[in-house]
Amino acid sequence: MTKELMKGNIAIAEAAIRAGLQAYFGYPITPQTELLEWMSARMPELGRAFVQSESELGAINMVYGAACTGKRVMTSSSSPGVSLMMEGLSYIAGTEVPMVLVDVMRGGPGLGNIAPSQSDYNQIVHGGGHGDYHTICLAPSSVQESIDLTVLAFDLAEKYRAISVVLTDGSLGQMMEPGELPPMQPLKTKFSDWAVSGTEGRERRFLSSIYIDPPAEEVINLRLLRRWQQIQASEVRYKDYYLDDADFAVVGFGSVGRIALSAVRTARAEGIKVGLLRPVTVSPFPTQQISELATRVKGILVTEMNSGQMLDDVNLAVAGKVPVEFFARLGGVVPFPDEILAEIRRMATSDLKLEGHPRDRWLARMAA
Amino acid sequence: MQTEIVISGFGGQGVLFAGQLLSYAAMDRGKNVTWIPSYGPEMRGGTANCTVVVSDEEIGSPLARNPEAVVVMNLPSLDKYEPLVKPGGVLVINQSMVDRKAKRNDIRVVYIKGNDIAEELGNKRLTNMVMIGGLLANHPFLTLEDMEKALKEHLPAKHQKLLEVNYQALRRGAEYKA
Amino acid sequence: MTIAETLVYSRPKSFTETQSHYCPGCTHGVAHRLVAEVLDEMGMREHTIGVASVGCSVFAYNYLNMDFVQAPHGRAPAMATGVKRVYPDRVVFTYQGDGDMISIGTGEIIHAAARGENITVIFLNNANYGMTGGQMAPTTLPGMKTTSSPNGRDVETMGFPIRAAEMLSTLDGASYVVRRSLHNPKNIRMAKKAIRTAFETQVRGLGFSMVELLSSCPTNWGITPGDSLQWIEDKMVPYYPIGDYKVSQMVADAKI
Repeated sequence: MTKELMKGNIAIAEAAIRAGLQAYFGYPITPQTELLEWMSARMPELGRAFVQSESELGAINMVYGAACTGKRVMTSSSSPGVSLMMEGLSYIAGTEVPMVLVDVMRGGPGLGNIAPSQSDYNQIVHGGGHGDYHTICLAPSSVQESIDLTVLAFDLAEKYRAISVVLTDGSLGQMMEPGELPPMQPLKTKFSDWAVSGTEGRERRFLSSIYIDPPAEEVINLRLLRRWQQIQASEVRYKDYYLDDADFAVVGFGSVGRIALSAVRTARAEGIKVGLLRPVTVSPFPTQQISELATRVKGILVTEMNSGQMLDDVNLAVAGKVPVEFFARLGGVVPFPDEILAEIRRMATSDLKLEGHPRDRWLARMAA
Repeated sequence: MQTEIVISGFGGQGVLFAGQLLSYAAMDRGKNVTWIPSYGPEMRGGTANCTVVVSDEEIGSPLARNPEAVVVMNLPSLDKYEPLVKPGGVLVINQSMVDRKAKRNDIRVVYIKGNDIAEELGNKRLTNMVMIGGLLANHPFLTLEDMEKALKEHLPAKHQKLLEVNYQALRRGAEYKA
Repeated sequence: MTIAETLVYSRPKSFTETQSHYCPGCTHGVAHRLVAEVLDEMGMREHTIGVASVGCSVFAYNYLNMDFVQAPHGRAPAMATGVKRVYPDRVVFTYQGDGDMISIGTGEIIHAAARGENITVIFLNNANYGMTGGQMAPTTLPGMKTTSSPNGRDVETMGFPIRAAEMLSTLDGASYVVRRSLHNPKNIRMAKKAIRTAFETQVRGLGFSMVELLSSCPTNWGITPGDSLQWIEDKMVPYYPIGDYKVSQMVADAKI
């Protein structure tokens, strides 16, 4: 296969199709609309299902219905639309049917703007919908990763009867980069023993998230939790850069992860021994890896395009072993590498403190 | 080796497509490349710019605060980007749309009457290619031949008849050296 | 003399042997039975996927003997769309109450009908929210007392009821939209025939079908089962007339 120059949104759409997507349901919203548009042309051409729904509520529930058949299904949206999908996501989690959601994040809260952001981290990683459930959340930082992680999202969703989210943002969605698409997989023809299809030749099945008897619901909650433990043990993915001899580490995911890479390289050229850990799965989170990192560096800089939603997870992993610093741009503002570089320089040259919260120190620096 | 280029102008001046052609040419040369657009909320008109980063290694940020080369197609773009060009970098100005000179003397500045040349060639939509010719003549991270190949392979089928005149536009622009 | 036994009545295969949770005198059971009889008669039980809703009919899947999924409140038409689009050759139907379909699920039902989604909707209208204890529904009659309109529905502040069949009939995508009632044997027979036509519409690929069924709720209405059937005839039928609101030319031509 040869490389093609593609927008992130298109790359995800075509990768999903090649991963054997049977049905796509979605609603237009900037900055993910190219994805829906691509599906609207390609899916019918391949004889597969495409519906532009009346709302994100419609879309996620169409996905819910189709997911109950065990066929590969997905939807995509951007932050405000994903908020509307939270009801359906909770039901889907409770019914234990696999699906893929692509969230091309934009600035918020509220209507916000159409610029890139990472402020859906908590909504996706720490719930959003009601009840005890976790999603598998993959955070690409390039077009190639957008392709590879979309394919992986379907495999993991099926393997664990879970929701896989590809968490990307407006800049990755709109950015073009060369990428290599996988070959076309055939559509699934064999389905799991829980999937509905009509009862011909077997006992009837029904799929629901209702367990009126609390002890029965507790059994389901425990099953979901044990499955999550298994996912945590087996599916953590991350990329590290220049960490072998690092005195300092930067942690950032998605588009900020790659912007931080530029800053880390410049800092290295200046003689600062700094490396980068970029979580590829933000859920499950690379807690152990960051905990281990905290035993061998002098300081960790967390950088995000939100107010420190992942910072909380890094803090839990670091557990006070080493000072953590924080730098962010909010509301749809994308940082330039020099902003992160300045933070790396500051970290390398100042007396770092364990006391206080990194977010508070960052806000104080901003005010100064 | 890494270089960053910004192309900026009004929507409709072919700014985004010019950046994409540079990206195709870089990709075909086996380079890593990113192309990222930025535009206002208007569907038509308004301002548009894109950043192209070309590198031999994995690209970090697709945006650069101080790009090595900037092509400005109109006055607002000159006002915005002139202060941002990396010292020693290149600024290519579409003199047909800009009525002032650059103020900086720590960068190389190229003046090209892009629209006038394009109209001489019979199609004002060739302005972007004239400007790209000027960019590559002064910042040769790709050759004109690389661009001609990219044009041949990626110009939409209905515009393939305009290939030769696009080549001419590139070469006319390339006559201008800082 | 030997007596030949003739079976004149039995439990449909599409019905499970489960005691229902419905209140005495509620006509949900009648509606379930009609759906079960029709699917049996059409031989479609094993090729059907039902979509349950939220409300009194939330446990429909316990009584109807076929594959079932359970939708969030109001979203059954969207969920049915998802199932039908990946299994176009199966019979897919929703079973929804009035709060579910025409209050919280208004968007989903209108757009499923507008798309001409090839599904069947069985819609129970009993003029209140039954499961939560008899609150005002979009179908509650003007002046009618409920637990959330204790002085009667005041249309000045609470607005007017929605006539779902009439509303959906205006959509070009809807092929078969009718209203029937479950308050006496004659009407029940008419209801069964309409349900059959609705499923036949789907099987023949003719598009969206919906049967609205006027249904009793003696518990929340606070009257006896017998009186509640009379109440349907006296109060509901005048406001919600029985009739065929949309029978597309294709459905009419099919002479089901």
